[in-house]
Amino acid sequence: MDVSQYLSVFLDEAKEHLQSLNDNIMTLEQDPENEDCINEIFRSAHSMKGMAGTMGYTRMQNLTHDMEDVFSDVRAGKIKIKSADIDVLLQCLDAIQGYVDNITENQDEGTDEHQNIIKSLADIRNGGAAPSGGDAPAAAAPAQSAAASAPAADGPAPGADGSSDYRAIRLDPSVKSTLEEAKSQGKKIWGVTVHIQESCILKAARGFLVFKGLEDIGEIAVSDPNTQDIEDEKFEFSFSLILITDEGKEKVEEIVKAVSEVEGCECGEFDPSGAKSAEEKEEAPAANAAAPAAAVPATTEANKPAPAAAQGQAAGGKKPAGKPVVNRTVRVDIEKLDVLMNLVSELIIAKNSLISAANTSGVSNVTEQIEYLESVTTNLHESVMKVRMVPIESVLQKFPRMIRDLNKTLGKKMELTMTGEDTEMDRTVVDEIGDPLMHLIRNSADHGIENAELRAQRGKPEVGQIFLHAFQDGNSVVIEVGDDGNGIDAEAVKNKAIEKGVVSPDQAAMLTEKQCVELLFHPGFSTAKQVSEISGRGVGLDVVKSKVESLSGEVTVKTKLGEGSTWVIRLPLTLAIIQALMVIIGQEKYAIPLDSIQSIEDVSPADIKFVENKEVINLRGSVLPLIRLNDVLDTDSTKSPDEDMVVVIARKGDQLAGLVIDELMGQQEIVIKPLGKYTNKCKLISGATILGDGEIALILDTNSIF
Amino acid sequence: MNELRDNADVGELIQYIVIKIDDEQYGINIKFIDNIVRMQQITRVPKVDDYLKGVINIRGEIVPVMSVRMKMGLSEDVITNKSRIIILKTESGDLVGIIVDQVNQVLTLDANNVEKMRYDDKKGKTNATFVSGVGHYDGGLVSILDLEAVVAEKDVKEKASNAS
Repeated sequence: MDVSQYLSVFLDEAKEHLQSLNDNIMTLEQDPENEDCINEIFRSAHSMKGMAGTMGYTRMQNLTHDMEDVFSDVRAGKIKIKSADIDVLLQCLDAIQGYVDNITENQDEGTDEHQNIIKSLADIRNGGAAPSGGDAPAAAAPAQSAAASAPAADGPAPGADGSSDYRAIRLDPSVKSTLEEAKSQGKKIWGVTVHIQESCILKAARGFLVFKGLEDIGEIAVSDPNTQDIEDEKFEFSFSLILITDEGKEKVEEIVKAVSEVEGCECGEFDPSGAKSAEEKEEAPAANAAAPAAAVPATTEANKPAPAAAQGQAAGGKKPAGKPVVNRTVRVDIEKLDVLMNLVSELIIAKNSLISAANTSGVSNVTEQIEYLESVTTNLHESVMKVRMVPIESVLQKFPRMIRDLNKTLGKKMELTMTGEDTEMDRTVVDEIGDPLMHLIRNSADHGIENAELRAQRGKPEVGQIFLHAFQDGNSVVIEVGDDGNGIDAEAVKNKAIEKGVVSPDQAAMLTEKQCVELLFHPGFSTAKQVSEISGRGVGLDVVKSKVESLSGEVTVKTKLGEGSTWVIRLPLTLAIIQALMVIIGQEKYAIPLDSIQSIEDVSPADIKFVENKEVINLRGSVLPLIRLNDVLDTDSTKSPDEDMVVVIARKGDQLAGLVIDELMGQQEIVIKPLGKYTNKCKLISGATILGDGEIALILDTNSIF
Repeated sequence: MNELRDNADVGELIQYIVIKIDDEQYGINIKFIDNIVRMQQITRVPKVDDYLKGVINIRGEIVPVMSVRMKMGLSEDVITNKSRIIILKTESGDLVGIIVDQVNQVLTLDANNVEKMRYDDKKGKTNATFVSGVGHYDGGLVSILDLEAVVAEKDVKEKASNAS
């Protein structure tokens, strides 16, 4: 069966289930009795098993199967989850994650069987299990469990037995006469009941193989369920048939057992005359018909492991859902959204051209229509943008687990609090922001939080606090990651920087405390005295910085020695369409993103002061550097030196700078287009946009001008 | 960027656009040409290599434009009303424009009539670096432009260090 087309769905769902398992197991650690949680885990494990099986990933299927077994026992109250078990379960999740990762990469689950985890899972079951739970889970024979559950179930249970025994096969009069005739011809009539392994995915195919094998040596007179039902998988794990053949019993058994995933078969001589005929046993069909349906409630009542797909689903369906898991969503390929977004961009450009055309031609009565068009495009843009927005939650979900693991590896006590998980951001940003955040949290855990003795000395609570707050602030999203730990020792950073040759001792002496801390973002810098596996490879913070900046964001740090530090990441809501201030520098038009602009000032050349040979101005009490954009951009200013200057006050974090421009054009909504190959080397320019008249204006990246 | 090399089978008919740069005629395989546009205003991009003249707007896409003359070490382009920008399309879909002095004609050549240049012949920074072969036709000879060499980013590291 070709399942590759389902691969992406499988991977998506597997990831979702893994995340849900992770979350629920973490909750379970806090609250081992939480029934909703246990049910949720059971359902997730069960779904994963089914999915993995369908896709033919047997190792993954086995592992999830065993996990499901454990929770099946937990649900039944046979065992209780202890804290040691949580570790095993999490290991198991990691192993499954490993399979999923392998599959993502090369569509193959890999060859790791994870026997040790399977064994540990079995141990959990054995640990406090009732005797029947003691079976090795992988080997749990369907026949045994069916047999085990049947007596426990009352009422229709014997009927359930009947469906899987050739002795109970009902005969139509015509079949009966065929059999009797065959018997009189000296042929042998065998009744065969075939049991298929519970882990078998393609039951129908196995059934078909059995039929095919047997038809080679004889004729199948009748089967129960009938051939059609077997082909449609409308049977549990066993079926029966009556075979007319010349061969002996051994041959029949041999053929049946040669089919893989057949657990076993019972074979015996069938006496047509002694068999119940359909007319004779009126009540039998009723009992039989009730059997498959009745088997489900029966097993559930008995609270036995119920790994069979149908049974599991029924059981899952019966449980009241703890929370609405299914949102009303459609999965849309992000590329399709990109196309839509591009079209909206084009529309906005067209609208801008209309505006400029109307302005120049002086037609007044179109203005109203253009305003209407403008409001429509703005709304359209916003809704398309919202479609692309996803909650940042998907990235944050993995952090509680990470902190838990770090607790163990670092031997520190830490707690993570997160707020604003529902803050929404552009999908592309959310996809990229995970790693930087992980680096920051690891940094806080490794470098920030002190060890227990030091915390006690400082009178801090034993459990270190790490926090992550996400919130929207105007047109950007702010994510703060911090801890109540040691804070950053500016002196230590400075010394380290000198030692590493990042700055010379002379330079270092000039640095403010803040600038010292900023050295942390320098490539190849790590203050960890020991290189640990958590952080300290010296790639952390500069990677964070470059990643955030590649997303047109910025990262800053606030720290107080002994009290903790907070890293603040500020990211734009969307990357595609922004509000910008259009300016003219020399003869050229440039766009400056409105987000980064604080204000616009008229400055007289007389107000320029010099500090360290650099031009500065004093703006309402704060001194800020003056940057002449025409110099930076290698063009000539059109203004004479004694004219008043137009200065755009730009902001980067809490730094300000005055950018001298020649002329203001106004504010405009612009569509960011990437600069083509070759020209994207210029760091000052973050992109380009097409103006209403088809002209190109470059977008200044104010961050890189500072 | 191998996609820009001529891999035509022998005997196949290939169409070339014949252009003029300085006093020499060059042929460009038509399959790499997306579009030919008149000279238009090129938006300068600061702090990039000299031969990159800037970007233009081609149907809403930002396309970099480079001067072949400057890349070949010839004098600065003199823009006349015969000047054109040839928009090349690489296999990866990137567009890049090159400025040429004049577009002359379309020429159909049998691949047999194109003499390939051996790549190890191409040493030093001569014009020959940008030529992948020579085509014979009734009216004379035409050099076939090695587009890969033309659009290759030249001295990237050197320039980058200058810029920073």
